[in-house]
Amino acid sequence: MFDLAQTAVEGALAAGAQYADARVVISKNQSIAVLNQEPQSIDQAERAGIGVRALTGSGWGFYATSDMSAAAARRAGQESAAISRASASVPGPNMPLTDVPVVEAFYETPYEEDPFTIPISEKVDLLVAVTKTMQEVEGIALASGNLSFWDTNKWFASSQGHRIHQHLLESGGGYDATALGENETQRRSYPQSFGQFETGGYETVRKWDYAGNAGRVAEEAAALLSAPELEEGEKSLILEGSQLALQIHESVGHAIELDRILGWEAAFAGTSHLELEKLRTHKYGSDLMNITADATLPGALGTFGFDDEGTPAQRVDIVKAGTWVGVLSGRDSASLAGLPPGGMVRADGYNRLPMVRMTNVGILPGDSSLEEIIADTKDGVYMATNRSWSIDDRRLNFQFGCEVGWEVKDGKLGRMVKNPTYTGITPQFWGQLDKLAGGDEWVHWGTPNCGKGQPMQVAHTGHSAAPGRFGTVRVGVRA
Amino acid sequence: MSRTIELAGHVLEHVGDRAEAEIVVTGGEAALTRFANSFIHQNVADEGYQVALRVAVDGRVNAATTTSVENLDSFVDDTIGIAALQRVDEGWPGLTPPLDVVDPKHFDEATAQAAPDVRAEKVADFVSAGPGMRAAGYCETVGHDVAFVNTAGHRAFGRYSRASIDGIHQIEGAAGSGHATSQRIEDLDGGAVGSLAADRAQRGLDPFDLKPGEYQVVLAPEAVGTIAMFLAYYGFNGKHHAEGQSFVEVGKKQFDASINIYDDATDSRALGVGFDAEGTPKQRLGLITAGVSEGIAHDRRTAAKAGVHPTGHGDPGSEVWGPLPTQVFLEEGEVSVDEMIASVERGLYVATFNYCRALDPKALTVTGLTRNGTFMIENGKITGAVTNMRFTQSFVDALGQGKVEAIGNDARFADSEFGPGMMYVPTLQLEGWNFTGGAGG
Repeated sequence: MFDLAQTAVEGALAAGAQYADARVVISKNQSIAVLNQEPQSIDQAERAGIGVRALTGSGWGFYATSDMSAAAARRAGQESAAISRASASVPGPNMPLTDVPVVEAFYETPYEEDPFTIPISEKVDLLVAVTKTMQEVEGIALASGNLSFWDTNKWFASSQGHRIHQHLLESGGGYDATALGENETQRRSYPQSFGQFETGGYETVRKWDYAGNAGRVAEEAAALLSAPELEEGEKSLILEGSQLALQIHESVGHAIELDRILGWEAAFAGTSHLELEKLRTHKYGSDLMNITADATLPGALGTFGFDDEGTPAQRVDIVKAGTWVGVLSGRDSASLAGLPPGGMVRADGYNRLPMVRMTNVGILPGDSSLEEIIADTKDGVYMATNRSWSIDDRRLNFQFGCEVGWEVKDGKLGRMVKNPTYTGITPQFWGQLDKLAGGDEWVHWGTPNCGKGQPMQVAHTGHSAAPGRFGTVRVGVRA
Repeated sequence: MSRTIELAGHVLEHVGDRAEAEIVVTGGEAALTRFANSFIHQNVADEGYQVALRVAVDGRVNAATTTSVENLDSFVDDTIGIAALQRVDEGWPGLTPPLDVVDPKHFDEATAQAAPDVRAEKVADFVSAGPGMRAAGYCETVGHDVAFVNTAGHRAFGRYSRASIDGIHQIEGAAGSGHATSQRIEDLDGGAVGSLAADRAQRGLDPFDLKPGEYQVVLAPEAVGTIAMFLAYYGFNGKHHAEGQSFVEVGKKQFDASINIYDDATDSRALGVGFDAEGTPKQRLGLITAGVSEGIAHDRRTAAKAGVHPTGHGDPGSEVWGPLPTQVFLEEGEVSVDEMIASVERGLYVATFNYCRALDPKALTVTGLTRNGTFMIENGKITGAVTNMRFTQSFVDALGQGKVEAIGNDARFADSEFGPGMMYVPTLQLEGWNFTGGAGG
């Protein structure tokens, strides 16, 4: 496959490009969905093709084809060079690529059980069983479960001499129970909203106790229908780990993307409230806030060997003791900003342009525990599992809703409340972080549905987090 | 003959009599030229084929897709082999019988073949419409052939094209947006779209923070497109409706009498081919007529459960997400945007919504923000820019009886938050909109 990638690169160079790289990608995905004990869909998708990126002058071009012949590879290279020349008709600054080590390498996701060797019937049986358990709880109208697996091989070659083959494996799934009221729906999910996904094999599914949590999840969903609404007000907010992970994804992960900071995503995903000149001085949050972007974390969903520009995976400090110190970058954006390349550029398949994406952007563990945090809280609310998420185009003004909440009074969990929401402004909110759990409660949560770019690309990102408390937050916002 | 037809025929032949099967082959090119900081920074094109195969072996169903058209025989064998090992699908609705499919003729060769230079020209026109401003956005062209065959003897073929230009101009902290989508790239006026964006940006300078509360609103087509998309996805979706998750009560007057919404992929202005992924011919489906909820979108599976005919909404993923209207027309009225603004004593004009999410799908309570143009209207005139605001609002209630003040005469394809070329809608003037937060939270 390296020959095919090299042919594409040579095609671009012969057509006048000063730099070119190519990825040959062969990927397969298996998705299984079950609703109320009935298989809803069993899908297999194979995608294979070549994507070529060419730089001519200050203009970039990208061309992809699903034709895996040598002639098509060469033509794809030529087309990418032609597109790069058209880019120069509305020209911008030169964007030289920051140097990275030129390597020949192989990387493979560590795994125990290849999920594609597990019979589909076994996977369906697992989901049928948990949906049956959930359906047996009175009040549950919809019980659904899903599993998805991705197997990706990619061969990267560049005109600078890179030759990198990676074999990545990602697995996961989850389930949820929905109770229907007269004019409302209430849902509970496990392990988290949309499921939990990690790099690895089928062992990543087995390690979550699917069978043991189905009844509890369903009972909570049914109980929510008769639970009171969370009253609007300001109080201490305790977030369960997966919700804190989502909070990191939205209010930190996207804000630190260098392409957003540079204005490259202004029209669609948006920009950022962060300004480069304030790097290393801007106060992002409290002293408990230590965020890293770490693409080397074993098992986390955003872990790989090299990014799609050939830069080695690495760990980068993003926030240290509350101060903003790092960004997510690629070779071109880093060169413009005068920063080292972070190895955070990835593409959604052979036919998409690599762009800055989160790796594993997570908070380092604290020294408390959920039990201690609750015991230490006089008047608060504990919210779990994301249900809705909305944040502005600068990643400042957010409002999140969770599936369930519990009042916390005088150090004890109180009654369940439904439709819990909270809202805030990013730096003020993170400045309120005053307790953070760690130990076994620190989990590499995975987000399999991060959308960005035009054409749209979906990335798989990781977010390590544990339960945390925020001192005073506006909660209970509703129409 | 299109190669998509050849490939579909090859797959059908290789399936033989081993299974019930339906095959959809899509092929062509999609290209997108993206700009930011007033220069082209990403410029991409993607050509190839995708083959989608769904089989049922004695009621045991499996579906698969591939882009590897060199290995179709093994693809077919594997798909059938896996199906044979599955449980019987009690809801399998069977295949579409042979039916006439009318070609809506939504294809323009010049758009499908547009070179990168053509897109770059549109971008240059957009950028130059805002001198001294920073422009960002994209120009996209798509041209695809789609071939459908199944083992019940049904055949369909169609071609479609689409062109869009979308972007913002920015000056200091202000931004304004513009958008156009058509079947033909020659219809796109990059300069006009850029001028609208530049005008909104210029007017957006020196915004002030407005106290949250309920305000009358004039919502531009992009904001209305997002409302229409939420109504379509959460409400008029046959799966959600069957599951009891939809607000729609067919036959009940749930909206203002002035509201008429229908889905019609056969309309001469619409995009796409004349059949869905199950081969069902596209047709006009009334969703709301004179305020009364009327029709529900169905694929073959949800139609069979509901005891009705499929409506041509069996698109990829509909088994999980549900059949979704994606060529939605909100009938325009006769009122100009200027006339709407002139009739508002105190309210807001909103160009676009951003990051809308449903807090509850059944009540269709949605939170989101305004973006790229939020303006104060006082005594019939725009008096200044307002910082972006957060709202928490039931989209159903907002269009309720007596709550629609006026419907604009400016319907066009709007870039709803979930993509271009799906919602053809005008500006709406609504009695109230619940803003729950300002720039300070």
